Amino acid sequence: MADRTVKLEIRDMTKHYDNGDGVEHINLKIYEGEIVTMLGPSGCGKSTILRTLGGFLDVSDGDILIDGKSIIDLPPEKRPTAMVFQSYNLWTHMTIYENLAFGLKLRKVPKATIDEEVKKHLALVSMSGCEKKYPTQLSGGQQQRIAIARSLMLKPSVLLLDEPFSALDAKIRQQMREELKKIQSELGITVVFVTHDQEEAMALSHRIVVMNKGVFEQVGAPAEIYDEPASKYVASFIGEMNFVNKDGKTIAVRPEDVSITQDIGDINGTVRTIMILGHYVEVNVQCGDTVVKCFVDREQSDKLTVGQAVHLKFAKYHVF
Amino acid sequence: MFKYLNPKRFYHAAGKKHFWEFLILAGFLLFFYGPLLNMIMMAFANKYEVPAVLPQEWGFKWWEFVFSQQSLVSSIVQSLLVAVITTACSMLLCIPAAYALARFKFPGRKVFMLSFLLTNAFPKLGIYTSIGILFYKYNLMGTLLGVVIIHMINSMMFMVWLPASAFRSVHRQQEEAARDVGAGPLRTFFKVSLPMAMPGIAVATLYTFLGSMEEAQGTMLVGLARIKTMPVEMYGIILDYPGQAGAVFAILLVIPAAVLIFAMRKYIGPEAIAGGFKMK
Repeated sequence: MADRTVKLEIRDMTKHYDNGDGVEHINLKIYEGEIVTMLGPSGCGKSTILRTLGGFLDVSDGDILIDGKSIIDLPPEKRPTAMVFQSYNLWTHMTIYENLAFGLKLRKVPKATIDEEVKKHLALVSMSGCEKKYPTQLSGGQQQRIAIARSLMLKPSVLLLDEPFSALDAKIRQQMREELKKIQSELGITVVFVTHDQEEAMALSHRIVVMNKGVFEQVGAPAEIYDEPASKYVASFIGEMNFVNKDGKTIAVRPEDVSITQDIGDINGTVRTIMILGHYVEVNVQCGDTVVKCFVDREQSDKLTVGQAVHLKFAKYHVF
Repeated sequence: MFKYLNPKRFYHAAGKKHFWEFLILAGFLLFFYGPLLNMIMMAFANKYEVPAVLPQEWGFKWWEFVFSQQSLVSSIVQSLLVAVITTACSMLLCIPAAYALARFKFPGRKVFMLSFLLTNAFPKLGIYTSIGILFYKYNLMGTLLGVVIIHMINSMMFMVWLPASAFRSVHRQQEEAARDVGAGPLRTFFKVSLPMAMPGIAVATLYTFLGSMEEAQGTMLVGLARIKTMPVEMYGIILDYPGQAGAVFAILLVIPAAVLIFAMRKYIGPEAIAGGFKMK
């Protein structure tokens, strides 16, 4: 990490809203070519940070630097950032071509170059040939592709994505995720992504910032956050996690790290439900007051029956 | 043939429910279009005396008469001039106000919006009289500017409420996206917000124009018979000439309204108008 250049730096940034909400003392360095995701529930301040980066919110205190230069005094139109919103990105009274060309026309780019760029970027988001259409003639997913293309055409230093896929249905969301990742690695662009979907964050990011109530709970690579959650909050927010109280402490264990045995285990219980979820089976075991979720394979689940007394063994766990 | 128009047969043929619906509709149509039809008939009657149903003599006599009157033709020009100036000034003044009402939350915003209703709540004549006192003081009586101001006061409610609701339907992200790609606040307004709110603004403009075309009371009082628009002339015609001349003139008054409404029929509808009255 040390040899990489810092693209974007947030220095002790504070933003207060009139009602007292906001974020305080935010410090973050984002490196060139990296996808960093701000992950958290709604109202945790992730969008606030993104909007201060784009220039749509002014900061109360602190500084934001891109390529070492402070940008906090610049209005959105002067910042080297480009933003894609959750929805309503496109201007419905313009064709797709006009939507894409708008920014370049403002920059007095010659028409031939604009034509070429529009063509190139439509191909990049696999939307070739829809120049003459109007936004309302496209599906939600296609509109988001156009919005991404429009942002990329401005060759921004940092691309800001504010839950761009959360208004789309699950299947298209996965496809868009994969495509965004491909485009990002092709162009090597720096991306700040905001989402409340932990699966999306895990799939896309080089690093994830897990946020809760305006503070950073943990910053790290997806595997790091999944395997070594720094707090109980992170453990509960990322992936599935069982919390078992034992000797006054809370043990956090992932369903895939619980094995069901007949030998002596860490905890005893009775099988409550067995549910087939495809290639694996979810078994819920009642252990006292808590229900422990385990993922087991089909072969093992066939031998289990509801009401059966079993022992559970934890392969890997965290104590909070 | 007439056998089947027998009410009893008709009642059973149409069914109980539809029979009454039919009667109500027929009554309604008569009430609504009867006077209109009569007016059109009168306009093409050279000679008509009261007890008869149809005119005694058809023809274009009164059309020729109306167009031969210098004052009547010039009133048409005057009317259009006043309407165009009123609409243009009203747009310049009200559209920025509508945008502010739609986008910015400031204390007293709702009161401000309701205040436009007030001019329509009071008896117009009372308002005009009190405005008259002010106008005398500022030498606006009998001037084009004075008449335009009166017309603008009448149009304000539509001209602020409808565009405000149109601007509200432009999403903030769409404006932010324009800022983001490099457009300043002014360019964003003219290239994104305004064109996207155009349908609502067009309807409001239409109402302003038509309202100005048919305004008579205020124009008469403030214009002091110096500014003679078509509706003002109409008063004189009704008093001085037979009904046929009035009918011809009424049809002439309807033409611009009919043309404009037809041209913009796509945008005029219950939703567009109802949208303007949402107080959010």
